Amino acid sequence: MTSLVNQQPHSEAIGYSFSQSTHAPNKQHSFYPYTDNGGSTLGITGADFAILAGDTRSVAGYNINSRYAPKVFKIGGDDETGEGAHILLSVVGFAADGHALKERLDAVVKMYKYQHGKPMSVRACAQRLSTILYQKRFFPYYVHAILAGLDEEGTGALYSYDPVGSYEREQCRAAGSAASLIMPFLDNQVNFKNQYIPGSGEGHALEPKKAGPLPRSTVEQLVRDAFTSAVERHIEVGDGLQMMVITANGIEEIYTPLKQD
Amino acid sequence: MNHFPESWGRPRDDIYGTYNPAYLQSTGPKAHTQSPAVTGTSVIAVKFNGGVAIAADNLASYGSLARFTDVKRLRKFSDTAVVGFSGDVSDMQYMDRLLESIDIRENYSTHGNMLNAKNLHTYLSKVLYKRRSEFNPLWNHILVVGFDGDKKPFLSSADLLGTTYSAPHLATGFGAHLAVPILRRLFPEDRPTEDITKEDAVKALRECLKVLWYRDARSLDKYSLAIITEEGVEIKEDQRLENQSWAFAETIRGYGAQVV
Amino acid sequence: MFRNNYDNDAVTFSPQGRIFQVEYAQEAVKQGSVVVGLVNKTHAVLVGLKRNAEELSSYQKKIIEIDSHMGVAIAGLASDARVLSNYMKQQSLGSRMTYGRPIPVDRIVTQIADRAQLNTQQYGKRPYGVGLLVAGVDEAGPHLFEFQPSGMIHEMVACAIGARSQMARTYLERNLEQISTSSRDELITHGLRALKETLSQDKELTVDNTSVGVVGQGATGKTESFKLYEGQQLVPLLEVLEQSDSAETREEETMEVDS
Repeated sequence: MTSLVNQQPHSEAIGYSFSQSTHAPNKQHSFYPYTDNGGSTLGITGADFAILAGDTRSVAGYNINSRYAPKVFKIGGDDETGEGAHILLSVVGFAADGHALKERLDAVVKMYKYQHGKPMSVRACAQRLSTILYQKRFFPYYVHAILAGLDEEGTGALYSYDPVGSYEREQCRAAGSAASLIMPFLDNQVNFKNQYIPGSGEGHALEPKKAGPLPRSTVEQLVRDAFTSAVERHIEVGDGLQMMVITANGIEEIYTPLKQD
Repeated sequence: MNHFPESWGRPRDDIYGTYNPAYLQSTGPKAHTQSPAVTGTSVIAVKFNGGVAIAADNLASYGSLARFTDVKRLRKFSDTAVVGFSGDVSDMQYMDRLLESIDIRENYSTHGNMLNAKNLHTYLSKVLYKRRSEFNPLWNHILVVGFDGDKKPFLSSADLLGTTYSAPHLATGFGAHLAVPILRRLFPEDRPTEDITKEDAVKALRECLKVLWYRDARSLDKYSLAIITEEGVEIKEDQRLENQSWAFAETIRGYGAQVV
Repeated sequence: MFRNNYDNDAVTFSPQGRIFQVEYAQEAVKQGSVVVGLVNKTHAVLVGLKRNAEELSSYQKKIIEIDSHMGVAIAGLASDARVLSNYMKQQSLGSRMTYGRPIPVDRIVTQIADRAQLNTQQYGKRPYGVGLLVAGVDEAGPHLFEFQPSGMIHEMVACAIGARSQMARTYLERNLEQISTSSRDELITHGLRALKETLSQDKELTVDNTSVGVVGQGATGKTESFKLYEGQQLVPLLEVLEQSDSAETREEETMEVDS
């Protein structure tokens, strides 16, 4: 009877709800296609090397999925051994997207080598990675990527990305859940922010300490320190530290345990 | 009967109540799985010296209803791998059909099915990731056990989002909360899996299933257990946790009828 | 006026049951310079004779790496080979993506065979004008396959296709025993000798006109990645060939003395 009052055009005593519009408001998807697997990554370059590092913990909420789930990958090398690779990629955020992104870039670099008969330059690879990310602008790969290698001059090169492909070349970058803890440390220790030359003057005349490429041993120690500190203050970081060092001699992988708590 | 043809043969509101027109919706987005329907709970697995053991109970729940009590959630793939499924049972059966068709296709080649557990895990995780990217997920969390290309024991997980990870012992669902801590205590991850015997591994799994039976309301005391070694796959599908009882609860404050 | 009315397309049989276009395509393979392939228990080797179109041009490519576990040697139309090898590369990358494993050799060979067969049965298509020798390893060991434009494939122990390849085949047939029990390096030498048999009197194997591809199972059971030897990398291989040749002639001489 109610429908009669509402909209029944016919002057009929009995209502039929089938004459109503069948348009219901569109339902929202309740499936959320992302998750955060935590962890942190860090890259620093030097005069003739680049280091890319990440912890090896994988989390889901408060659960630790695995204590060894690497986030740093060799790109363009043999599938099992990674032999022949000359580029590194780290991905942190949603691990499944990270893996998919890594595999796509790896395939691209391999096809480039096959089609052009020479390895892809890091600069070209960096640009390509940006377009791959941007192609999924409206359903992004939910990752913060860092790409590392050696440029045409043999200098360490590091490119950092946001999830939709904005990128820039930098000296150092921390990404992931502990990025906000590590990045200020790097500003101070790599770019010498807030460091001044003692006795160079008073007030505004005080001269800032000039930043320059650091030696490899110093950088390695900085990376270790950054991660041991992050482990103390962030629950999603820990278990192991995977460091990849790329030099003219190839890629060296160093694994050191971190606290498991 | 009236003289409006569009009303003929239709239920009258005064008798049947107004009909919800949303059920008739013919336009709008295609509806995919928004949530699982009939589900299986935890799957747990441990690596041991020379193989992997995996277990899951035989229950398929419909919400809180224990709907099917004889459902095999461990599926064998060509003597080389076992897949344990938690989550939606119909999606499990779909994936099982996929496995079947791959097995048949592989066996057409001269050297038979050469896919190992690691290959299978890669494939299944790609399937899951592809479906989540289409916003039409297969609502499962799976564990794949077997051997990798180097003939080393293999155990890895993949979920409905396509996330993958691997560890010496894994569990899905409630097991991730209840079984993994037990397994981590029994078999610390810094000790090599070669130190763990098959008997230890199976005993640990049974212990975990017991804890799950008491604390996971969607679990059952009937379960399946698969052990995969160099010799092959051994699946036992009608195992039972013997002599379990909630009788002790009566004596505990907070359970059962309280006196005082 | 027409010599033959049954060779205008690749889909029409002649009354004798032949498809002339396919046979002509096979002629294109015979025009191509020779390639030799052979396997022992652990390795598969491809050897090719490269031609340069003219004195000033570069030498053609005879051996193409498909993946780290597989390569092909080509005889016939190089451009058709490029299309086929691109397809193979794509398929093999696809297998690595979806299963995380190198594609089994017989699988990918069957795939290109199916593609080639389609060209012999669909109107308006042309058969591939190229023959391939596919060498690779998988879990079942090293393999060598011969592929022909008709879509025919065969697994071989040793094989040669291309111009004057009969000479190489004769060599391979005569030395089959030794080839199957040879070591990796001996296998390469056998390949080079078979190739040398096909040369006309005034020709020699040089670092410029020879290509060698090797793939196999290493001592540890791991795949020894496909390795292409060209240019200066060939020097040691050709030296070994020369030494073994002179050893052989000396042997023959002594045998003559004996008799």
